[in-house]
Amino acid sequence: MAKAPKQNAEDYLRMYRQMVRIRTFEDNANQLYLSAKMPGLTHMYSGEEAVAVGICEALRVTDKVTSTHRGHGHCVAKGADFKAMFCELLGKEEGYCRGKGGSMHIADQSNGNLGANAIVGGSMGIATGAAFSAKLLGKDDVTVCFFGDGATAQGLWYEVMNMAALWKLPVIYACENNGYSEYTRTEEIAAGSITARAEAFGIEAHQVDGQDVLAVNALTDGLVARARKGEGPFFIELKTYRYHGHHVGDINREYYRSKDEEKDWKENRDPIVRFRGWLVSEGVASEDEIEAMNAEIKEDASAAVQYALAAKYPDVSEVDMHVFTDVEHALA
Amino acid sequence: MREITLSQAVNEALAEEMRRDETVFIIGEDVAEAGTPFKVLSGLVEEFGTSRVVDTPIAEPGFMGIAVGAAMTGTRPVVDLMFGDFIYLVMDQLCNQAAKTHYMSGGKLSVPLVLRTNLGATRRSAAQHSQSLHALVAHIPGLKVALPSSAYEAKGLMKTAIRDNNPVVIFEDKLMYQDKAPVPEEEYLIPFGVANVLREGADITLIGTSSMVQVCAKAADILAAEGISAEVIDPRTIVPLDEAALLASARKTSRVIVVDEGHQSFGVTAEIASRINEKAFYHLDAPVLRMGAMDVPVPFSPALEDITVPTPEGVAENARKLVRGELIHAA
Repeated sequence: MAKAPKQNAEDYLRMYRQMVRIRTFEDNANQLYLSAKMPGLTHMYSGEEAVAVGICEALRVTDKVTSTHRGHGHCVAKGADFKAMFCELLGKEEGYCRGKGGSMHIADQSNGNLGANAIVGGSMGIATGAAFSAKLLGKDDVTVCFFGDGATAQGLWYEVMNMAALWKLPVIYACENNGYSEYTRTEEIAAGSITARAEAFGIEAHQVDGQDVLAVNALTDGLVARARKGEGPFFIELKTYRYHGHHVGDINREYYRSKDEEKDWKENRDPIVRFRGWLVSEGVASEDEIEAMNAEIKEDASAAVQYALAAKYPDVSEVDMHVFTDVEHALA
Repeated sequence: MREITLSQAVNEALAEEMRRDETVFIIGEDVAEAGTPFKVLSGLVEEFGTSRVVDTPIAEPGFMGIAVGAAMTGTRPVVDLMFGDFIYLVMDQLCNQAAKTHYMSGGKLSVPLVLRTNLGATRRSAAQHSQSLHALVAHIPGLKVALPSSAYEAKGLMKTAIRDNNPVVIFEDKLMYQDKAPVPEEEYLIPFGVANVLREGADITLIGTSSMVQVCAKAADILAAEGISAEVIDPRTIVPLDEAALLASARKTSRVIVVDEGHQSFGVTAEIASRINEKAFYHLDAPVLRMGAMDVPVPFSPALEDITVPTPEGVAENARKLVRGELIHAA
């Protein structure tokens, strides 16, 4: 593990808790899909927890993030609540978006999460715009734009990086490189170096082990502080791995990656197992304390799932609400 | 009353709103010192500085996306899209992001953004600088669409657009930038969704949008000389659409021609004609007629370009036939 940037046990335990909350949320979401209780499908964040948590733990509530189709991890890490998240995944009225967005559009404005996005790379402009806004309004908020390696092929990124660099915007582009662009190896879709692409715009670029939450947090902490002072934008490539397929229905995936490869990442580089080991060896928490925390989170998640399953769907009269801000029912 | 050009009217609307609300800013290509190729924005950068009149690289999807994010986080961008034809470049940001954000977030996020651009052929600019693409965005729920038809309309609608909390696309007729009209010195706004009856009539209703309002007004002059009384209505905004005003006129005159510079097929004329057919059918004495731009890419040669858009003479000729009871497309 990297050198610890935080100074107290509380911070470390919160980071661990958030990582386990993401994994537990995803395990439950996957079960909901497999048991046909969830409409549609979803994209699991499991395996990438250290990225979202390491970054979001360096942010304030008023800092913004933009998320992706694989967005549950960002949502949890930025402070979201299990109940409202599961309700959204199940299309219920009490969901973050009143059931209108679902897994791929979950947003939590109260914690600065401007939303997941079902267009790969679709939120790169939004993130850059949020940073533009902060600068124009004289706020020192920072925006983190999460996206995957697949999104680096979208032209939009190069357009907004150019402007972010020209205008020194407080935005951090965080590329979660999980090695696969949907069902295709990243090597097959990305020519040259991804970090060099950011550097070409004069943007300071970093690479970090995305399975090491302390390394991610230490790097981000420093970059966020500098971005607040007007030294942005920055780029981070986080090497990570997604345990599931592109989405929950992508079960047979040996045609693009081997079971041995998956096993190696899970057994030898799991971000939660690694951090847990560090917490115990550094004396931050005992095995018993960690087990108790895990059990509590598991219970929280099951309670939230039960709550969401029993929760109401939105009334059908809501179908034409929220089309416009100033019209209660757009089709009335 | 003083007369100013449409270009000056838009400039005044922007300046007034930027003075009134410091979260309003302009972003686009050559908007600052150049003041756009049409010089609509001249002088604004001198007053508001480059932090609020923001020149961008030639990267429409990029600056459109930035505007969407800025609008979601406390500012009111006015995006300047140099030609309406470039709207294809910003479609994902406009239609997948801006239009849907309020809905997808269950009403939590909003996108108070104005996309100002233009429409209109016969400027000898060929197929990629002459299109009228407002129907394309009017098709997408979540976007409001305003079509000013004079300097007066342009100023009042722009001010309303800037204060609206939804994404609004406003198309100016690029051939009208130098056209003057009476515009009051004192402040006024024109509400969305309220049609303007330019001229009352009894025999036929001519519904015109944007550039076609003048065409309809001229056609009404031609018809008046022949004893045909035409009512001319400008919907001003097609989203929201003042359906009640259009239906009331259709019921009154019993004959309607809808004239719009977008391509005729699957366009604004079809939508309005269809609503009148559905809701005023038993009041009609003739089929509602559509007159849009020809369904061809806009040609360069003046000999070809001029015949692709509706003219006052063409509208008058069709009106005459409807009033005489000749079914224009009878088999």
